[in-house]
Amino acid sequence: MTEIKKHPFTQIYSNIKKFKALPVMGVYLILITVFIILSPKVFTRPFIYMSFLQTIPPQLVLALGLTLIITAGEIDLSFSAVIAFSGFLFSFIYKNFGENDFAALMGIVAALGGGAFVGYINGLLVARLKVPSIMATLAAQFFWNGLTVLLCGGLSLNIKSIRGTFFHSLFVGRLFDLIPVQAFWAIGLTVFLWFILNRHRFGEALMFIGDNPEVARVMGVNIENTKIKLFTLQGLLAGFAALLLTLEMINFWSNQGSGYLLPVMAAVFIGGTSIAGGEGIMVGTFFGAFIIGSLEAGVVATGIGGYWVRLTTGLVMAGSIILNNVLKNEKISFKDFFRKSVFTKGLNKGK
Amino acid sequence: MALNTEYEFAVKIEKCCKYYGHIHALKEIDFEVGSNEVVGLIGDNGAGKSSLIKIITGVYPPTSGNFYIKGKKIDPRSFSVKQAQNMGIATVYQDRSLAEKQDLWRNFFIGRQITNAFGFINVKKEKAIAKEILLNTIGFRGVGITVDSKVSTLSGGERQGIAIGRAMYFDSDLIILDEPTVALSLKEIKKVINFVEKIKENNKASIFISHNIADVYSVSDRFVVLDRGEVVGNIPKSDISLKDLNTFLLDYAHRLKDEDK
Ligand SMILES: Nc1ncnc2c1ncn2[C@@H]1O[C@H](COP(=O)(O)OP(=O)(O)OP(=O)(O)O)[C@@H](O)[C@H]1O
Ligand SMILES: [Mg+2]
Repeated sequence: MTEIKKHPFTQIYSNIKKFKALPVMGVYLILITVFIILSPKVFTRPFIYMSFLQTIPPQLVLALGLTLIITAGEIDLSFSAVIAFSGFLFSFIYKNFGENDFAALMGIVAALGGGAFVGYINGLLVARLKVPSIMATLAAQFFWNGLTVLLCGGLSLNIKSIRGTFFHSLFVGRLFDLIPVQAFWAIGLTVFLWFILNRHRFGEALMFIGDNPEVARVMGVNIENTKIKLFTLQGLLAGFAALLLTLEMINFWSNQGSGYLLPVMAAVFIGGTSIAGGEGIMVGTFFGAFIIGSLEAGVVATGIGGYWVRLTTGLVMAGSIILNNVLKNEKISFKDFFRKSVFTKGLNKGK
Repeated sequence: MALNTEYEFAVKIEKCCKYYGHIHALKEIDFEVGSNEVVGLIGDNGAGKSSLIKIITGVYPPTSGNFYIKGKKIDPRSFSVKQAQNMGIATVYQDRSLAEKQDLWRNFFIGRQITNAFGFINVKKEKAIAKEILLNTIGFRGVGITVDSKVSTLSGGERQGIAIGRAMYFDSDLIILDEPTVALSLKEIKKVINFVEKIKENNKASIFISHNIADVYSVSDRFVVLDRGEVVGNIPKSDISLKDLNTFLLDYAHRLKDEDK
């Protein structure tokens, strides 16, 4: 057998293709460039970027966890409920145990533990009772949201006194009075979870389960335990995201996080991770979360108006997904979209 | 070569039953494989071949019966794929051996990764060993396949080669081949058969499953014929020619047809 010599361009192309986050990084670069051109006053100054670093981390943390879930071929719809549930646990305990550092610490433990518990129950339902995760976590989303509303009576909890305390600074302080600390947590978690997915036995198990569970099983992967761990981790991350959000807002309100579900999913998909499972692109999710998080502020700042935000999000998302799909699959090209279809076949019949 | 004296049978199963819900897939099966024997497992679709294999490899527990591996009695409740692997049992499945979207090196080590104490994978070492298997154990040279190739870019024959190389490398005492030659060209089938002969040379045992009786005949020392969950034939190769084996199977099938009438 002889080796097929590749054209140098093909070689470069196939090397670039190995770095899967590249398309989404390109999209982000284009987006920021467009914003700078349309609204130079806003986008050449640090303020807007600092506000991104403040608002994006909770969604990014959720999107990182969701990337792991989707890699394993599962889905989670319940994380937005954990944002409310864990946020409530934290705020309630903080307010009722003296509003001091110790109360805050107990609140943090409760928020993380509560989130992990929600995830653990999801994991048991999916792994043990074989409930499809889209169904189990949808039910969970209603249940935990409903429980939170019942517990707090629909009221919000003000935790202003926590501003400037040790734990507040630790999670959402400002480094040099400028850079939001939550950004470091989010970046740190991105790196850590990249290693978990790509370099840890657990992450490899997730990829194989999402790719072909039968192969994973016959090769000795414990699918049940891996899934329980996976959903517990996702719950824990959601609990952490809830802490970042609640501390940043220094307030809990009963429907916090309710708008997160679709943007967080969008961030994962924009990043190039496919719902098909078997592979997850952490760096892509990172930029996907920044794209989603920048769009609203960006579109509003350019002055074309808030009404355009959703439409633009849809366009950017569709563009990223199509780009990823075409780059990933050699058999598909953009031209295929315009091939004659069942509805346009007749148009040329006349001649 | 001297016969392996540690144990007489690589695997021995007595009066084994397997139910999937109401489906009675295996009915009081007695089955054994000598420590240095290649057993050909023959039977129609749904006869129970894969079910038997899955019990031996720890995928499913048997519903009842006794079960020994290398002379050791197995407790089916605690037996697992992992334990089967640790006891030296490897399987090459028809098409369930490799995960499509994953790199080759990951496929070599899934289920037995080389990790540090925290579970992080030693990628360098795994890739080096995978490369060694690829080049020397399987002999994939100059065909554009590297340890970083995705399985989806490999042909069916190449995939079987990878799976077989993996089993060889991990030094298994019993290598189970579940239809390893399905959808392969004649040339590739020959490679697989050569490999099975290597298993014997190395004093190891094997179970070879195929619908192609000629392939089974050429590699096996003994044939076990399954039909609807029952053993209906147990014939040493020395007792039967390929022609007679074919006749036996055909006659058996005809007899069944007559019974149905
Ligand atoms: N996981 C399962 N759940 C329910 N029934 C099963 C399962 N696996 C196998 N069966 C049934 O058990 C019987 C034996 O199947 P098995 O796969 O062992 O046959 P086989 O001899 O390997 O067939 P083939 O040659 O088609 O691979 C069949 O009736 C099959 O439908
Ligand atoms: Mg079978």
